[in-house]
Amino acid sequence: MSPLSRREFVTAGVAAGAGLVIGFYLPHRFGSHQESFSPNAYLRITPDNKITIVVARSEMGQGVRTVLPMILAEELEADWQQIVVEQAGASTLFGDQTTGGSASIRTTWDPMRRAGGAAREMLISAAALTWNVPRSACTAENGRIKHAATNRSLSYGELASKAATLPIPTDVTLKQSKDYKIVGHRLPRLDSPAKVTGEAVFGIDFRLPGRKFAVLARCPTIGGKVSSFDDKESKISGVNYVGKIGESAIAVVSDSVWAAMEGRRLLNVTWDDGPNKGLNTAAVMASLKQAASAKGVNLYLAGDPAKINGRHFSAEYELPFMAHAPMEPGNCTAHFQGTKCELWAPTQVPQDCRDSVATAVGLDPDQVKVNVTLMGGGFGRRLEHDYALEAALVSKAINAPVQVIWTREDDMRFSTYRPASLHRLSATLDGSGFPVALTHRIISPSIAGQKGQAVPNGVDPDLPDEAGPVYGLANYLIEYVSPRTPVPLGWMRSVYALQAAFALESFIDELAVAAGKDPLHYRLHLLANDQDLPYFTTTWHTARMRGVLQLAAEKAAWDKPLPAGHYRGVACFGCFASYMAEIVEITMENDQPRVHRVVAAVDCGLVVNPNILEQQIQGGVVYALGNALRAKITIEKGRVVQGNFDDYAPLRMEETPAVEVYAVPSAEAPTGIGEPSVPPMAPALCNAIYAATKKRIRALPILSSR
Amino acid sequence: MADITLRVNGSEKKVSVASETPLLWVLRDTLELTGTKFGCGAGLCGACTVHVDGNPIRSCSTPVSQVAGKSVTTIEGLAASDGFAAGQLHILQAAWIGEEVPQCGYCQTGQIMSAAALLAKTPHPTDEQITAAMNGNLCRCGTYERIRKAIHWAADAAKHARREIAKIDNGEEHGSGGSQ
Repeated sequence: MSPLSRREFVTAGVAAGAGLVIGFYLPHRFGSHQESFSPNAYLRITPDNKITIVVARSEMGQGVRTVLPMILAEELEADWQQIVVEQAGASTLFGDQTTGGSASIRTTWDPMRRAGGAAREMLISAAALTWNVPRSACTAENGRIKHAATNRSLSYGELASKAATLPIPTDVTLKQSKDYKIVGHRLPRLDSPAKVTGEAVFGIDFRLPGRKFAVLARCPTIGGKVSSFDDKESKISGVNYVGKIGESAIAVVSDSVWAAMEGRRLLNVTWDDGPNKGLNTAAVMASLKQAASAKGVNLYLAGDPAKINGRHFSAEYELPFMAHAPMEPGNCTAHFQGTKCELWAPTQVPQDCRDSVATAVGLDPDQVKVNVTLMGGGFGRRLEHDYALEAALVSKAINAPVQVIWTREDDMRFSTYRPASLHRLSATLDGSGFPVALTHRIISPSIAGQKGQAVPNGVDPDLPDEAGPVYGLANYLIEYVSPRTPVPLGWMRSVYALQAAFALESFIDELAVAAGKDPLHYRLHLLANDQDLPYFTTTWHTARMRGVLQLAAEKAAWDKPLPAGHYRGVACFGCFASYMAEIVEITMENDQPRVHRVVAAVDCGLVVNPNILEQQIQGGVVYALGNALRAKITIEKGRVVQGNFDDYAPLRMEETPAVEVYAVPSAEAPTGIGEPSVPPMAPALCNAIYAATKKRIRALPILSSR
Repeated sequence: MADITLRVNGSEKKVSVASETPLLWVLRDTLELTGTKFGCGAGLCGACTVHVDGNPIRSCSTPVSQVAGKSVTTIEGLAASDGFAAGQLHILQAAWIGEEVPQCGYCQTGQIMSAAALLAKTPHPTDEQITAAMNGNLCRCGTYERIRKAIHWAADAAKHARREIAKIDNGEEHGSGGSQ
């Protein structure tokens, strides 16, 4: 029995048009600070037997519009064919609607199951009352309540109005995972057909009658402003407005995207470069090095590594700024109408869009309506809301609906970047070459800190999900130093976990090599004892990490020899409460690695949809491989150098390996899966390169550091 | 401004735009065919791929004046252009769904257009031929291996269909089922 707590209160009422509505509260991954009951998603069953599930997370390819409804439909005993999915916009009715942190399933798993279960129990009660039979004689199955003794049944639609008048159950028995008919199955994604016909409406495809298009000229120097501009030449045919938006940008508005782009090209602007005109990448990295000797805040401490004497081994690792570069460039449609403003935004943060737009255009948040469109990738870029602000401000300036479009160069040069970072690791070794003490100092500017968000006790709020311990060492310190940088920072897929894993798992490999031991068995030795490693709100279990390493090793046949010229590397890491191990097989061609095969093993608890899990892991590995090989944003004279897919080149088909995905069977509650496959890839690859070449890569990306 | 006539998905369209306007924006803004996507504006990502007289081109870097009088096929007209009945999916679109290719889906219409051009010339491509034809299409969700599988699947299904049609044309009995 799972009693409903006050916080996960389920309310029921009569929907507009008689029906059963269940609203339920979903906690955000950072925990709720709200005391009020705040419904976050809705189930709506109407007498026409339509079951509508509202998804209050944003679809950016990760499958939430399929997976979240599956969870609710399972407990509801619904007929999957009946389910209609509706996308929620920003609302005060919902809890935190942020889509990020690999959190959509883990934060909605319990509340959605309970909401589905509560609805199911109410429908059973409605049927029992209708037939005047005991509830225990009725069963829910495939969208109907059945009374086996008399062979009667009623559909959920037929029961909806009656069910809506009944009291909400105070406790609901949730199904056992062995009885699942929907969860755990490879149900086809509901969004695929529209995505192959071209009918899917991404943000950039949204069309409002009479809308204009705008592109913005933004100051190319970080922190600079508009000094003056001359729009004589830019007022070509079709361009009907040129004007300043904020302090650092000028909007060129037209009836067509192309004319707006041309108008911007012909605009003459004098920029006030501001304080960063001398900034370059070398200066940023030097500032990290300078900060590196400072004592950080402790993220994790076991024992006292400083007191352990013995043979020392230390190494330093370095990672660059990176850009998300989702396929769909930034855009947003806005219609400001004096006392209200409506937005159509491809966004991971509809509520941030609402609130910041309200402030910027001088409205109350409830006067701003945010509709969430499909997104052509997110990877964290759309956790910002700059595109929404721009669209609202331009719409207000021209008093007409407008779609702001970013070009690829805009996306590359005015992004918010994965922070560059430095990592100092040191170990004290026993006689066999195993660490008896290990210290990992993470030197990385804080994303939240730069944005002025809360950084409790000096700990960036992402670190509890992304920089935990992997091994159960008796003396183990993870500390964090956060120097400042003027380079705009953002959350990019797996955030600090990519940095932490590259450094730690490269270092462990170095220790294994120094000890003359096989890197897989070295790791398994360090994980041999079952230990619980508490880290903020998560407890990491060495047994589960060992489990994914063993599964990957078995599937990759680690102990069997490879063909001549083939080499392997391994890495493991845990983040977003999931465990991941990857084994990479390469050859070296012209001094460059060619990845042939990646075996990925995950323990993310119960798998809701195996196909979507595989998609996320395959995609994460490909994204991470591209990052590891080439991703590097550099700054010169205060400006981002890279501009398009030629000088910031993602992985293409010719470089893509086969990625095999294996999940440890588990009945534990599901944990994150959008990001955990990213962090182990770079160290596994660099470890394979070491195996092949005896050259250790301590700075990413691989191809520019060689 | 220039008046330009082109054939889009089988019907004649007259547009009045600056002649250097990339075909992409004429399709998306003037003709409201938004299945063709903007990704890079520089012919580097393939999201804007359409067919001009059957050949795959990057519409973001093709001035509309260059396609005056020519026949343009976009994702919206692909199935019909290959002889699939109204309302039917192209065999590649069906393969894309069957192999569960799309994640975010943004690049997939361009991917399918490149794949269709490949199969039109090379009905049964090898892995190397698929890589060569598809390497210009970027996907940030990393769906490349599923794209490869879907192309193979479509090629095999088309081959099977051609055999069935040949049998009908030859007057052989149809419906024996499963013959390879």
